[in-house]
Amino acid sequence: MADTAHRPSRSPMAPPRSFLWSRRIFLTLLTVFVLLPVFVMVTSSLKPLEDVTGKFQWIPSGLTIRPYFDIWETVPLADYFTNSLIVAGSATVCSVVIAVFAAYAVSRYTFRGKRVFTVTVLSTQMFPGILFLLPLFLIYVNIGNATGIALFGSRFGLILTYLTFSLPFSIWMLIGYFDSVPRDLDEAAKVDGCGPLGALFRVIVPAAIPGIVAVAVYAFMTAWGEVLFASVMTNDATRTLAVGLQGYSTQNDVYWNQIMAASLVVSLPVVAGFLLLQRYLVTGLTAGAVK
Amino acid sequence: MTTTAAPATGERTAQRNDPGAAPRRRRSGRLRRIGLPYLLLLPALLLELLVHLVPMVIGIVVSFRELTQFYVRDWTTSPWAGLDNYTLSVDFDAPVGQALLHSFLITCLFTVLSVGLCWLLGTAAAVFMQETFRGRGFLRTLFLVPYALPVYAAVITWAFMFQRDNGLINHVIHDQLGLTDSPPFWLLGDNSFFTLLVVSVWKGWPFAFLIMMAGLQNIPRDIYEAAALDGAGVWQQIRRITLPSLRPVNQVLVLVLFLWTFNDFNTPFVLFGKSAPAAADLISIHIYQSSFQTWNFGAGSAMSVLLLLFLLVVTGLYLLFTSRGKKASDG
Repeated sequence: MADTAHRPSRSPMAPPRSFLWSRRIFLTLLTVFVLLPVFVMVTSSLKPLEDVTGKFQWIPSGLTIRPYFDIWETVPLADYFTNSLIVAGSATVCSVVIAVFAAYAVSRYTFRGKRVFTVTVLSTQMFPGILFLLPLFLIYVNIGNATGIALFGSRFGLILTYLTFSLPFSIWMLIGYFDSVPRDLDEAAKVDGCGPLGALFRVIVPAAIPGIVAVAVYAFMTAWGEVLFASVMTNDATRTLAVGLQGYSTQNDVYWNQIMAASLVVSLPVVAGFLLLQRYLVTGLTAGAVK
Repeated sequence: MTTTAAPATGERTAQRNDPGAAPRRRRSGRLRRIGLPYLLLLPALLLELLVHLVPMVIGIVVSFRELTQFYVRDWTTSPWAGLDNYTLSVDFDAPVGQALLHSFLITCLFTVLSVGLCWLLGTAAAVFMQETFRGRGFLRTLFLVPYALPVYAAVITWAFMFQRDNGLINHVIHDQLGLTDSPPFWLLGDNSFFTLLVVSVWKGWPFAFLIMMAGLQNIPRDIYEAAALDGAGVWQQIRRITLPSLRPVNQVLVLVLFLWTFNDFNTPFVLFGKSAPAAADLISIHIYQSSFQTWNFGAGSAMSVLLLLFLLVVTGLYLLFTSRGKKASDG
């Protein structure tokens, strides 16, 4: 109680001791739970192979950065990395642009079939991926045979697939966000001579940047982390990290230190990006999805 | 102004020359105005059709066919099977139906536990972190790390921790605390259900936390001040103000968590590989194995359709039930 008494308290009443202690204990336990795998990932990636094949050790017998060099040799990790970057990057850009157009139409226009559209798009979220994995595989193979456009096994097919995964949530969140941008703003822009697209890009998009960033982060993370479709729809040349990482354990030895090092390396881009942009995600959700 | 001015003058000159031209132009202008929202929706619509809706229809058609590896090159040549795939899937006396029922029940139990725990942790953390305190911003960032980590990287790390001979978990409970006579297997046998649950909760609760935090920001501060003036303590404020205000957020959050957890494929796939132990045989993995390991796509599709029907019914009932409850409490 002593430390809160000196500070001017923000709420009219200082929280009681029971609340402060519950908070302290709960948050400490939660922190341990959250950090345990991160701790294992970081320390194991710096251990020599003997340390990770024998009994687990809290303190490594020696530190080495060898795993961080070996990971690129054991499997073609750089190729997987490039594939993942191309696939997730393209899927994100396309998904955001398409979602912006669709959300603009729903937010600013009344038209026949609007409700059907939003309900249909949202309900695709509930489809189990396993339901359309095989049919999609059949469609991509058939399109490939008919037109010569390689969708199955290609990055392009994977980009198309992934961008639709994040599309429903993105559209839904952006509708909420665009609704919160006052209509007077785009009416004023139209009076000033902007067309419908001018109003969208000069007024609504700049006002909705936090929502758009949030949607982009979500789309990138969805594509970067997807396993099921990547494992069926890629071949040796287009393999993404999600599948490629399994390459360390199919050999006779399981190189746990390399697996941990590789996991850390492939996580860094998304985790860094996410943590930098998480403020936008919270504000984006507050204004958009959670209303 | 230039874009709208040009057709207007053009229209005026056209009117003078040909009286029939004006209505036609006006109609094309209206058509463009009405057509614009559809045009804006077109890319999203086409892609949803290509990747979600058409495959779903094909999936339903395939579920009535005998599609095995002999027909996969051209699925249209596969013979019709009538309801065979469905009767095979729901014949709970036969091995296939029995395995499906078992997998379904395991998935239900797993989903209820995982969603419940994710919700509990997420809500508790969000409520405890509503007031500012030292280190709050840092903790908030930290708690989102499991959500930000790619599934496979995080789950592989858990798989390492749950290894029998060189994992952290057995080192702590067997070597350091001496709780077991011999180090247990965590990725095989009955324990695998518990393993899957721990990993799933670790991965899923930050999303509940994120949504709850966003929901808490929409509660006006003066309600708390008024309650405090009336003598309500912190615990009472949480029970009487915070939790009831989160009801609408909860409705969506629980549904989304339910659908994601029930359909989860990534976590068991990375944790156990292509075939999960019976105790952790989630429905997605089960159907995947039924289709791609045994090459019986017809039966796999029938199981997927049954799964979709189940999810549709549950979602419909859930929305009906929660919306009616909301109306009742409003009125």
